[in-house]
Amino acid sequence: MKSLHLPPWLQATPFALVFALFLVLPLLLVGAVSFWQATDYELIPAFTGKNYVDVFAGCANTEELCVTLKTYLSTLKFCVLVWAITLVIGFLVAYFLAFHVQSTSMQTLLFVLCTVPFWTSNVIRMISWVPLLGRNGLVNQGLTGLGVVDSPVEWLLFSDFSVVLAFVHLYTMFMIVPIFNSMKRIDPALIEASRDSGATGWQTVWNVVVPLCRTGIVIGSIFVVTIVMGDFVTIGVMGGQQIASVGKVIQVQTSYLQFPMAAANAVILLATTLMMVWALTRVVDLRREL
Amino acid sequence: MSDSSNKIDTTRRSLIKGAAAAGGAIAFPYVHAQEKITLRYLGTAVNQDKAIAEKFEADTGIRIQYIPVTTDDVTKRAVTAPNSFDLIDTEYFSLKKILPTGNLLGIDTKRIKNADKITPLFTKGEVGGKKVGDQGTAPKKVMYLETPTSKTFSAAPTQFMTLIPTVYNADTLGIRPDLIKRPVSSWAELLNPEFKGKAALLNIPSIGIMDAAMVVEAAGLYKYPDKGNMTKKEIDLTIKVLIEAKKNGQFRALWKDFNESVNLMASGEVVIQSMWSPAVTAVRTKGIACTFQPLKEGYRAWAAGFGVPKSVTGRKADAVYEFINWFLDGWAGAYLNRQGYYSAVLETAKAKMEPYEWAYWMEGKAAAKDIKSPNGDLLQKAGGVRDGGSYEERMGGIACWNAIMDENAYMVQKWNEFVAA
Repeated sequence: MKSLHLPPWLQATPFALVFALFLVLPLLLVGAVSFWQATDYELIPAFTGKNYVDVFAGCANTEELCVTLKTYLSTLKFCVLVWAITLVIGFLVAYFLAFHVQSTSMQTLLFVLCTVPFWTSNVIRMISWVPLLGRNGLVNQGLTGLGVVDSPVEWLLFSDFSVVLAFVHLYTMFMIVPIFNSMKRIDPALIEASRDSGATGWQTVWNVVVPLCRTGIVIGSIFVVTIVMGDFVTIGVMGGQQIASVGKVIQVQTSYLQFPMAAANAVILLATTLMMVWALTRVVDLRREL
Repeated sequence: MSDSSNKIDTTRRSLIKGAAAAGGAIAFPYVHAQEKITLRYLGTAVNQDKAIAEKFEADTGIRIQYIPVTTDDVTKRAVTAPNSFDLIDTEYFSLKKILPTGNLLGIDTKRIKNADKITPLFTKGEVGGKKVGDQGTAPKKVMYLETPTSKTFSAAPTQFMTLIPTVYNADTLGIRPDLIKRPVSSWAELLNPEFKGKAALLNIPSIGIMDAAMVVEAAGLYKYPDKGNMTKKEIDLTIKVLIEAKKNGQFRALWKDFNESVNLMASGEVVIQSMWSPAVTAVRTKGIACTFQPLKEGYRAWAAGFGVPKSVTGRKADAVYEFINWFLDGWAGAYLNRQGYYSAVLETAKAKMEPYEWAYWMEGKAAAKDIKSPNGDLLQKAGGVRDGGSYEERMGGIACWNAIMDENAYMVQKWNEFVAA
């Protein structure tokens, strides 16, 4: 019987190959190209560090932040905001689903409801924000109609607010699922024990549920952070193309065939994001918890 | 009895077999010759009209498969994946990037029936006998090649063309006259604080910076020797003006996609912006007032054309030439003219248009009847006049052409700075 089992390394080989071919190899190529030179129409495989120098051009200036730092700061700001908001909302929704909804069929139904934002295409979804949040949109008509404001509120659309709103609307789902998953694995006896020991509802949540959901929270956070760091479509459309993001910079450069510059930017973005993910995994040892 | 029937049967079978084999042998090349050709047509969605492909297939039996991508991506594909299409529809300014790769083959004008009737705007840079502005990548500068495989442009006309022109137009600012309520006559209005938070600019760096340059010149801040080929200093200056305006909240949004510009204008988010002619038409078909406003400083022109990649040979190449010839033959030209574009060979298009249509679109005369788009939407009631007047007035007012600068990399970097500001 035992001889029928394949050795573990052989079992892992197919997936490892897929990874090597479609992830590791392209990444190595990106890394290599980031040190190449280029003209308007061809890549020249000759080593240069100029692309990285150009990315940080002007960053020695202490008076005004350089473009790259400004762009990263702006992207990071969205990252933190979206992460914090999706975490709170995601946790609440997951908590409700896991502990307050009794029947499994009801849980399933509500879960499907949470995926509604994904039923239409990204672009259509974002364009449809315009009639809602625009200068002559529903919200503004409502506000002026109620006499809350005299003239339409401008910051509802094409602003930091609308970008964060769209992100939260889209990506809260990525928080809900892993947190819900962790919550379902909490032994109900632990909650009972906490209540029997005289803990209030809040104390139970804070001292029992939250620590036991750490894995889910970290996994959800990794999803949200990596998506927001690399996004350029949502920021572009909801920010009226006026808000910079690292992804957008890379996209503009590739469309102008400046592949080495784009590759250098991509390498820096990847390093930044990996550091953030690494920091998150310091909080929880994912391998042990799963 | 049974014996003989068996015999007959075998003969019959073998006969059928033989006939089938013979028939097969005969039929095979016949079927092969009739195999439908499909041309993969790479271009931007704005130019890829379903009706044109359908009409061409009905006329010739050759199928057109559209590959719609953005302006920048057409260039990118032509440079990086020249085998992924059989026909390219690209703007003339992109040639500076595509041609040196050797991926395009010069088009033999001897095989193009109407080649000598292509408007002199392309061949000489003239409209109605008068020279027009040639700042930027004017088509006449990149029109000809010494040999089909040449990687540099020929200054003088030759037998080989880089692209056969398809559509072209002169772009200007689009406005909402119902919301602005006063005449607008200068590019400088784009940055007029009166329209704070209600202006928009095109976010395709190489074109957006030209619009910005028109504004800078109109405002009297600087006079460019060539807006289409700025020095680093000139780029700095232009971007500085843009950043200042952005920080003051001038722009409601920047747009990259044709539909975005329609949306911004139709919803009233924006009342003045850089715009394309069919976008203005699209806003109007919604019943919303929108003017493609002629301005005293002139127009920023663009032109697109068909190119043939080197990888296309044999029957496919013949089909490509057939398509180009068909395109210049009038039906497509009339179709484009009715959309507010201009066609490369005017005379064939005129033959396929009603006299009142020609008078409205090309001669700047008041519409004798209601003017309808090719889909049948009402564009202009009888009595109305086209924005910008006649062909000569519009195309004669060209100030500069879409371009790729020598300092392109630097310009893109600075543009990113503007977006990040």
